[in-house]
Amino acid sequence: MFEIVGKKELTHLVWQIEIKAPRIAKKRKAGQFVLLRMNEQGERIPLTIVNSDDEAGTITVIVQEVGKSTSILGGMKVGSSILDVVGPLGMPTHIENYGTVVCVGGGIGTAVTYPIGAALKEAGCKVISIVGSRSKDLLILEDEMRGVSDELHITTDDGSSGHHGFVTDVLGEFIKEGLKIDLVIAVGPIPMMRAVSEVTRPSAINTMVSLNPIMVDGTGMCGACRVTIGGENKFVCVDGPEFDGHLVDFEELVMRNRSYFKEEKMAVEEYTYHEGTRCYDKKGDD
Amino acid sequence: MDPKEIRERMKIPRQPMGEQPPEERVKNFYEVPLGYTPEQAIEEARRCIQCKNPICVGGCPVGIDIPWFIRLIAEGKFVEAARKLKETNGLPAVCGRVCPQEDQCEKVCIIAKKGESVSIGRLEKFAADYEREHGEVTIPVMPNATGKSVAIVGSGPASLAAAGDLIKMGHKVTVFEALHKAGGVLVYGIPEFRLPKKIVDAEVDYLERMGVKIEYNAVVGKLDTIDELLNEGFDAVFVGSGAGLPYFMGLPGENLIGVYSANEFLTRLNLMRAYEFPEYDTPVLNGDNVVVIGGGNTAMDAARTAIRLCPDEVSIVYRRSREELPARVEEVHHAEEEGVNFRLLNNPVRFIGDKEGRLRAVECVKMELGEPDDSGRRRPVVIEGSEFELPCDVAVISIGNGANPLIPQTTPDLKLNKWGNVIVDEETGRANKKGVFAGGDIVRGGSTVILAMGDGRKAAASIDEYLKTGKW
Ligand SMILES: Cc1cc2nc3c(=O)[nH]c(=O)nc-3n(C[C@H](O)[C@H](O)[C@H](O)COP(=O)(O)OP(=O)(O)OC[C@H]3O[C@@H](n4cnc5c(N)ncnc54)[C@H](O)[C@@H]3O)c2cc1C
Ligand SMILES: Cc1cc2nc3c(=O)[nH]c(=O)nc-3n(C[C@H](O)[C@H](O)[C@H](O)COP(=O)(O)OP(=O)(O)OC[C@H]3O[C@@H](n4cnc5c(N)ncnc54)[C@H](O)[C@@H]3O)c2cc1C
Ligand code: SF4
Ligand code: SF4
Ligand code: FES
Repeated sequence: MFEIVGKKELTHLVWQIEIKAPRIAKKRKAGQFVLLRMNEQGERIPLTIVNSDDEAGTITVIVQEVGKSTSILGGMKVGSSILDVVGPLGMPTHIENYGTVVCVGGGIGTAVTYPIGAALKEAGCKVISIVGSRSKDLLILEDEMRGVSDELHITTDDGSSGHHGFVTDVLGEFIKEGLKIDLVIAVGPIPMMRAVSEVTRPSAINTMVSLNPIMVDGTGMCGACRVTIGGENKFVCVDGPEFDGHLVDFEELVMRNRSYFKEEKMAVEEYTYHEGTRCYDKKGDD
Repeated sequence: MDPKEIRERMKIPRQPMGEQPPEERVKNFYEVPLGYTPEQAIEEARRCIQCKNPICVGGCPVGIDIPWFIRLIAEGKFVEAARKLKETNGLPAVCGRVCPQEDQCEKVCIIAKKGESVSIGRLEKFAADYEREHGEVTIPVMPNATGKSVAIVGSGPASLAAAGDLIKMGHKVTVFEALHKAGGVLVYGIPEFRLPKKIVDAEVDYLERMGVKIEYNAVVGKLDTIDELLNEGFDAVFVGSGAGLPYFMGLPGENLIGVYSANEFLTRLNLMRAYEFPEYDTPVLNGDNVVVIGGGNTAMDAARTAIRLCPDEVSIVYRRSREELPARVEEVHHAEEEGVNFRLLNNPVRFIGDKEGRLRAVECVKMELGEPDDSGRRRPVVIEGSEFELPCDVAVISIGNGANPLIPQTTPDLKLNKWGNVIVDEETGRANKKGVFAGGDIVRGGSTVILAMGDGRKAAASIDEYLKTGKW
């Protein structure tokens, strides 16, 4: 059992959660993730480790409620426990002093960009960050990102903060201006990562993206997380999650992530309905 | 035994085992064979003529004293029979169910020469079930602690067998399992209707009561590496991490929605209980037409699991003919009874999807058997122009597994063969690295439960010797 020791709402339906997991806290490196199973009936869902505190023995995850499992987690209180947390999984980000790195975070993806940015900064890179979201109140980790960046640029789709437009606008400007970029790291919604990869492709700027397919075991045993990278089959849980954005078959990833569309909807409906009645029943018993 | 008695005994017919009728069992996940009654077990046990030189024992990879345990059953001493079994085989309830007996102990049984062999496997299952169901499982008296401790990677049959022996030798044993449940393929691969999970749970519980510590959610290599385990106080490590890397075929369309590896399909259903969705949260796609590719036991398990989800049709597509099917005859028989359609001498060439990327058909070609290949089996050859489309919305690829790469990746100095399997000394299970032993599928590639257990026991004996003498 893994106790939740801290929780705060970052924006609507996005939670930052601290979990007691001393062994994982000791080992994790930037770019790695955990799989969580909330309860006996639960599925195993992957979440990036955003931060860890070796002394306190805790890891931090940021979760956006999008379906049943993430909603259950979002609804858990400090002091309650998650049944299973396994990790740290995946390959850590390769950290070295690359020179100038542009870290792009889109929406909840910023939760993944942040630890990578922090590690790169510590390795001596010049870190330029571009953080985008739909609007101002959906921005997360703005202060944290500022803390690890030499420059921070904000973009919002509706113009409520920073540049009015997309992260790719700002990145495109840099490239046009002739800024020497040694590496771009982009994490966010799949369309964003694909767009970033397209922007950097003509000038062949090294571009890393972090992929989020559906997973089951997370140990390379099932192949659910397979993606096509440069025409080859790769398992994101053991070979990734980071890959060269110029080689990723994004279309296939988008398609495969829709595999259980019907079932996911049903799960949420059942959950809302059943949880409702269950609560009612409990009241009746009291 | 006097000749008259032998003749009498040889007249007893093989006792049939009751089974759930096919039309019932395809609607549930309960175990298919019902097991012997005590009367049937005694009658079957009496068919064994108690050979002085029992050749059946040589057919069992762990050398169980077969006539002895069968005699105890014949005498009605069921609990004693189970204990006798456990002297050599820690998981008789499992092996009695899943061993390919017809190729091992029962194949060489002397009675088989004149008719049908003694049902050694069924008797083994009977004794073990009897002991467990009557609450007769007792913890042996444990020896004094040796002060040595052993780390075991994985909790499949190889590891469970090693753990059981090592704890009884007085060593401290910690099992590290990546998943949230112990048993390896026994819990995530082999379906409930062949091996009820409560049986594996009972065996794991027994080990824990003897003092084996099991750490779940512990991926060795990602948490501690093998080197770290050795540096942090473990005196030896046994690697039983299995062959959990699914092979795909590299065919066009293989990543369409609805194409599964057998591992994924079975894990969703067994470990994650997708057949109880939405009570359990993990879904599995439920097709109208399911096509399972391959002809081994895994393919039979996938097909028989699929048919319990009530699709219109489940087919097995296999490129050779019936004779070459690698699966156990009994499993093929069960699959056929349950309505699985065998499309033999067929081979898939590509998967076809709709515009959303959902699988809709698999294109196959017909094959014929040509000259024998290296393996001595006749090589299947494509019949030109025989392409046809098989409608299908779920396909399960069951063409085998490779070695799980996690341990090799994080233990760079561990010697592997070209398939990624750990190389060990056959006699002792020693790897090339001091203090490290390995066994089961990570060494053999896909193999059997009993061979994995045999490896575990052999390694336990040499670990014990290494810990006592310190000699490598
Ligand atoms: C390596 C990795 C790291 C991740 N890190 C984070 C993280 O730090 N924070 C976070 O909030 N989420 C993260 N995700 C995504 C997260 O795992 C999914 O949101 C979660 O599994 C959804 O489960 P659910 O039951 O709540 O929703 P479901 O009911 O399963 O799905 C609801 C909706 O989410 C979409 N969805 C399903 N699975 C994924 C997925 N893997 N990625 C994106 N969308 C998905 C579905 O298409 C559907 O529209 C990560 C995924 C991976 C593979
Ligand atoms: C579907 C299917 C049906 C089968 N049917 C039969 C049958 O009827 N009869 C028969 O005799 N054999 C059968 N087999 C084969 C048999 O199951 C295997 O040969 C046997 O389970 C191998 O045992 P093992 O202990 O080597 O490994 P496994 O059973 O594979 O267990 C390995 C365990 O190690 C864990 N692990 C892996 N890496 C790590 C790590 N780094 N850290 C921690 N844990 C780790 C895994 O999660 C797993 O739990 C079948 C196999 C399959 C797939
Ligand atoms: S363990 Fe397997 S091979 Fe050995 S006696 Fe039992 S059924 Fe036969
Ligand atoms: S060979 Fe057959 S008859 Fe002889 S001891 Fe073994 S099981 Fe009994
Ligand atoms: S999640 Fe199963 S192989 Fe990656």
